[in-house]
Amino acid sequence: MANTQPDTAFAGREYPATEPYQVGREKIREFAAAVGAQHPAHHDIVAARGLGYPDLVAPPTFAVVIAQRAESQYVADPAAGIDFSRVVHADEKFEHHRPIVAGDELVTILHVDSVTQRASISMVTTRCEIFAAGTDGAAPGEHVATVTSSLVVRGEDS
Amino acid sequence: MSEQGPELASLTVGDVVASRAIELDRATLVRYAGASGDFNPIHWDEGFATEVGLPGVIAHGMCTMGSVIGVVTDWVGDPGAIVRYGTRFTKPVPVPARGTAVVDVVATVGAVDPDAGTVRVDLTVTHEDVKVLGRAQAVVRLA
Repeated sequence: MANTQPDTAFAGREYPATEPYQVGREKIREFAAAVGAQHPAHHDIVAARGLGYPDLVAPPTFAVVIAQRAESQYVADPAAGIDFSRVVHADEKFEHHRPIVAGDELVTILHVDSVTQRASISMVTTRCEIFAAGTDGAAPGEHVATVTSSLVVRGEDS
Repeated sequence: MSEQGPELASLTVGDVVASRAIELDRATLVRYAGASGDFNPIHWDEGFATEVGLPGVIAHGMCTMGSVIGVVTDWVGDPGAIVRYGTRFTKPVPVPARGTAVVDVVATVGAVDPDAGTVRVDLTVTHEDVKVLGRAQAVVRLA
């Protein structure tokens, strides 16, 4: 790939809501095991219900699974000019408006908040707004989480 | 929701509420790759990682971030009580082909907000005494 840099014209772009992501019990257990999260509310339905939840509770960073799928609409778009072999994850932030639980069907609206360049270093910040999917193709419902992610892209000569 | 959890009134800024040493090995990274869907080869392919200028295979920043928050979940007793969690990724954690990389986490009360019913927990996360996460902070709602 020739000396590409992220296209600043993508800043401010908003994508249409994704197809629904179905949060499964086994996915929550698998993700929890991968990050060593042993709290029973991630694994045991009786324990989760004992805390007042309808089903297994996702670990605090689980939403990254959903967010990264949505972000790929942007970062994997050749027109965006992001050379993934030069990407470093700079920061990540989760805001939970309510916990994600097994059985949730979630849609994500991806925003490209900023694309900035300084010398040969670029930084892109994306924001995923995650909502409960509307039933029967209706508009997204309850706001569930906000995931903000920044990537640094090194230029050819840095 | 955490009936037996910590009480806001009993917490003071600077209190150390939890600490843990977390071991990451190559199997951890492969498992995290599969669970998260992040298959970037810098997290499992030594040759690829060194070709792009890394010291070797490194942990996913999100694997470290996701692993260390467990101390807060276990302290508060309710994973749904963590309403905000953010960090910067300041240094990579190299994970050797054999053996483990140890990440140390210390959780300290950073702020108490009685009106909101929340406490900010600041995480100090180091590998071989070098900070690997910057401004790692979780806001926890206490009943």
